[in-house]
Amino acid sequence: MSTAVAISHPASEEWKQPSRGIVGMACLIVAESAIFIIFVVAYIFYMGKSLSGPTPHDVLDLPIFSTICLLSSSITVHFAVHELRAGKIGRSSWWLAGTVLLGGIFIASTAREWYELIYRHGLTIRTNLFGTTFYSLVGLHASHVIAGLIMLGIALIFSLKGKVNSSHADRLEVLSIYWHFVDAVWVVVFTVVYVLGR
Amino acid sequence: MVTHTPVTSIANSSAAARKHGGAFDVLQEWITTVDHKKIGLMYIGYALIFLVIAGIEALLMRVQLAVPNNTFVSPQTFNRLFTMHGTTMVFFVGMPILFGFGNYLIPLMIGARDMAFPRLNAFSFWISALGGVLLYFSYFAGSGLYGAGTAPDVGWFAYAPLTARVFSPGHSTDYWTLSVLLSGIGSIGTALNIVATTLCMRCPGMKLSRMPLLVWLYFVTSCIAFIAISPLTAAQIMLLIDRYLGGHFFDTQAGGSAVLWMHFFWIFGHPEVYILVLPAFAFANEIIPVFSRKAIFGYPAMVAATIGIGFISMGVWAHHMFTVGLGPNANAFFTLATMVIAVPTGIKIFNWLATLWGGNIHFTTPMIFAIGFLFQFLIAGLTGVMLSASPFDWQLGNSYFVVAHFHYVLVGAILFMIFSAFYYWYPKMTGHMMSEKLGKWHFWLFVIGFHLTFDFMHIPGILGMPRRVYTYEADRGWAIWNMIVSSGAIFQTIATLIFVYNLVWSYFKGPEAGADPWDAWTLEWSTSSPPPSYNFAKTPTVESRRPLWDLKHPEDPDANYE
Repeated sequence: MSTAVAISHPASEEWKQPSRGIVGMACLIVAESAIFIIFVVAYIFYMGKSLSGPTPHDVLDLPIFSTICLLSSSITVHFAVHELRAGKIGRSSWWLAGTVLLGGIFIASTAREWYELIYRHGLTIRTNLFGTTFYSLVGLHASHVIAGLIMLGIALIFSLKGKVNSSHADRLEVLSIYWHFVDAVWVVVFTVVYVLGR
Repeated sequence: MVTHTPVTSIANSSAAARKHGGAFDVLQEWITTVDHKKIGLMYIGYALIFLVIAGIEALLMRVQLAVPNNTFVSPQTFNRLFTMHGTTMVFFVGMPILFGFGNYLIPLMIGARDMAFPRLNAFSFWISALGGVLLYFSYFAGSGLYGAGTAPDVGWFAYAPLTARVFSPGHSTDYWTLSVLLSGIGSIGTALNIVATTLCMRCPGMKLSRMPLLVWLYFVTSCIAFIAISPLTAAQIMLLIDRYLGGHFFDTQAGGSAVLWMHFFWIFGHPEVYILVLPAFAFANEIIPVFSRKAIFGYPAMVAATIGIGFISMGVWAHHMFTVGLGPNANAFFTLATMVIAVPTGIKIFNWLATLWGGNIHFTTPMIFAIGFLFQFLIAGLTGVMLSASPFDWQLGNSYFVVAHFHYVLVGAILFMIFSAFYYWYPKMTGHMMSEKLGKWHFWLFVIGFHLTFDFMHIPGILGMPRRVYTYEADRGWAIWNMIVSSGAIFQTIATLIFVYNLVWSYFKGPEAGADPWDAWTLEWSTSSPPPSYNFAKTPTVESRRPLWDLKHPEDPDANYE
């Protein structure tokens, strides 16, 4: 019985298991959500507890345009996967490019917001509790956007070079799930920081 | 520990040829491997090295505390010793040794070729290993380049505001933070891998309801890890922001809260206890039935109890913080939640007893360790119920009673089961049996040492001895108890040396094990010992929870009863 196997009857029904890519990404999302929850809890816990200004009400503006861009990019990445699965590589590339562009606009407007906050309002991470929690939470989200943009950018380059075909649709789907997660986190951050916190 | 794995596949035959080239090639093979068995063994080997280091730290502390007014080590050194001992034991012994066994066993038990993500597996191991190295590198570089260097001395839970730059200058606290952060990333990676392997890599017929309980428990442990370890990662990022960027998360001068750190740490810290103990339960679930010659009693109840523990463990963290003054509502909630967790745990103990009941018990070394575990875990659980009552905890919080309680869990339950697992799966991993005679010596000496140390450690706690004091006055009445506690450490040290000797001796001189030395029932025993790199020549198919029973008893397969 050295390398023997257990009884090998033919399996009566077809043996189906979930895709490991999607399960792996789901696990990562659960773990990342826990990290975000801790940062959100810290933000809420310290709301209005800063000992000095500036306060959120003084300096924060609603980032409506960049929010629309980021949320739309969820739709474009969905179509990129959809077209790739249908074998339409060219269309998929266009949708991917749109996603990268929209995500890029979001990051650029975050950068402009931070520039304004630092140089016009004098709010840095060490100014007060608001500065500490704001830059940490928004920065944590922005770093996830950047990581997503790098991965989407790589996918786009491969796609433009003609190295992608419909068999890669599952992999792009895993990436798109990550991107949807980043968008969903932004909804929470937006609500907490720009709506409730202001 | 193990350097030869029969390599028979064509893809690896060149590696086999190179193996004769010298130590460098062997080293390269191990460093670049993505094989779950090799990574598992590296996890175990690395944890054993840290076990010895952290054990020596414990010994030094016991020497210092053996007599009153001792000056064996300075107060500063003592602070570093208990910080390093705690951090090492939790993050660089407990986690890696359990993940090591999980890595090795899970694919074998579910009939898979490897983990779901082999390269992520290697990454997780090496990032955790880097964390351990960084922690000890602090001894040389803790004060930065200008000083002689010191290790972290903030305690393993590193309460704020002691960790602020003003109170902990130098870099020792940063080494602690970074090493824990890296270990956390590695743990998340491995947990992710275990969940994906369990859900996606099972062989045909291995339904969730037929998985060995060990796999079930590792699955639940990994799910807890996502929710428990990530908060610690987040809290460490906040601490780094405070220390390096001048943030104010835990800076009480700027309105920050020290209690928030306590919450964040214990949201990790308490589920962590279950992350460590569930794999120990997992070993017991495999070992007790085999040596009782009976199928496990109450398989569905075991799974349900495990999932119950997983959920309840998320809502008990603040019982570490009763002495903070949480208010009556929070105290009542966390007292009740903590007591409730005794219910699923009790179900498990009754199931193990029912498995033993009427069984044909074989008192082999793995089995006697498992029986030791059963009784000691019960006592550990009972002192846990005592401490869960907040008024009782106000009296004994941060005393040696607490230290005795959690060492009863960590040593009396978890370490005993880890030893048991070594004796049980060593033949599979190396192809050689461990010496039963040395194993019995190891067990009895360790039991004596364990009870001398940790039974008697409760008493100075009740008499008011606080933890983390580097010495005490002679007139406190603690001296005799501390002497007994310290003398127990000698027995434990000798027993551990015997164990290490047994590991090495058996590798060279132990009798051949064969594929299935224990007449066991799970799939890992159906392949050769040690298993080939491809695990199974042909993907197995299973029809019940005990596929090898079915194979050996075709006239009476388990499937008839499940």
